[in-house]
Amino acid sequence: MASPIDPIHQFELKNLFSFGRIGNSEIAFTNASLFMFSAVGIIALLTLLATRDRAVVPGRMQSLVEMSYEFVASTVRGSAGQEGMRFFPFVFSLFMFILVLNLFGMIPGAFTVTSHIIVTFALAALVILTVLIYGFWKHGLHFLKLFVPSGVPIYILPLVTMIEVISFISRPISLSVRLFANMLAGHITLKVFAGFIGMLATGLGAFGWIVGILPLGMTVALTALELLVAVLQAYVFTILTCIYLNDALHPGH
Amino acid sequence: MAQPIVTTTGATPPGAKAAFPPFASETFASQLLWFALAFGLLYWLMSRIALPRIGTIIEERSNRIAADLDDAQRLKDESDAAATAYEKSLAEAHDKAKAIAQETRDALGAESNAKRNALEAQLADKIAASEAAISARTAEAMASVRGIAAEAATAIVERLTGRAPERAAVEAALDRARAS
Repeated sequence: MASPIDPIHQFELKNLFSFGRIGNSEIAFTNASLFMFSAVGIIALLTLLATRDRAVVPGRMQSLVEMSYEFVASTVRGSAGQEGMRFFPFVFSLFMFILVLNLFGMIPGAFTVTSHIIVTFALAALVILTVLIYGFWKHGLHFLKLFVPSGVPIYILPLVTMIEVISFISRPISLSVRLFANMLAGHITLKVFAGFIGMLATGLGAFGWIVGILPLGMTVALTALELLVAVLQAYVFTILTCIYLNDALHPGH
Repeated sequence: MAQPIVTTTGATPPGAKAAFPPFASETFASQLLWFALAFGLLYWLMSRIALPRIGTIIEERSNRIAADLDDAQRLKDESDAAATAYEKSLAEAHDKAKAIAQETRDALGAESNAKRNALEAQLADKIAASEAAISARTAEAMASVRGIAAEAATAIVERLTGRAPERAAVEAALDRARAS
């Protein structure tokens, strides 16, 4: 059973309200749902409240929001060009959503929504579906040129095309698993090292308290690392999204 | 990643510990539903309200900065033009003053030259007149001296000899005396 030291305990979903079942699945408002909506609330509050004054000389909060805006905008422009700006609201929402959810996970006791593969997969599927739908809508069957690089000798073209198709199919998997695994592994490691402190203290008494300094130091260092990972993974997800969107905009290599 | 506890086979028996939570497939439908609602709401808020507003703020700022820079450039150009005009009029005034000074100097020089020339001519005339008068007087005096000398010589010779010498002899004697 889930003891407080169990490192898996933190990923458990808890039903806050249940809305009944559809087949085998229970539809419930869980702690994960709560954190998702909290993230939406925080982002909305930040972006709307901080820009309420529409100040020409921005305050601290408005600067923060503008910096995020410019940062995502320059990422989109850099990877997908000026045409990529049509996806800017989507990419910005993705970046802020993942970033805030990752950072929420760093609050002790909070739930890390991005440590659930189904959520990260849904995010990745959203990106890939956007690429596919926009690609076919904009370029029709020319979009399939994405899989046939130009300037490749005809006798290895089937092989290259196969590799391109496989790499395209693996994109949603790698995109979702990268974020999921990073968050999951990081939080398990943190919990394990933090759990050592308690185990040493209860198991070895006073001596345990002293030796416990080592895992405590490790936990502090890991927290810093996890903070970096939380931001970095949000950025990685965003820039990969931009690169994939660039394929939808310009399928020819 | 170890995944021995993944159970994707339908119903979890009640009481049994559920699968590793992130892989518990019976929660997927619920998770997806709330994710779709939350992300949909976020996308709507961002694309309809927040991002257009932030974009407008940033654009307005850059427009304003550009306008201010334009104003500054225009004012700078104006002041440059004014400075150039000032320099030019200064140089013109300088040249004009120089010209006037030169003109005045020339005029004054010419006038004083003329006056001096007139004066010199006048003086030269006077000198010439005076010299003429002097030479006339000298000639006159010389002529009278000869007469006086002849008379004196005649008188002296008469007193000494008792008889007046001949006029020609006196003249000859005077000529000799003058020649010696």
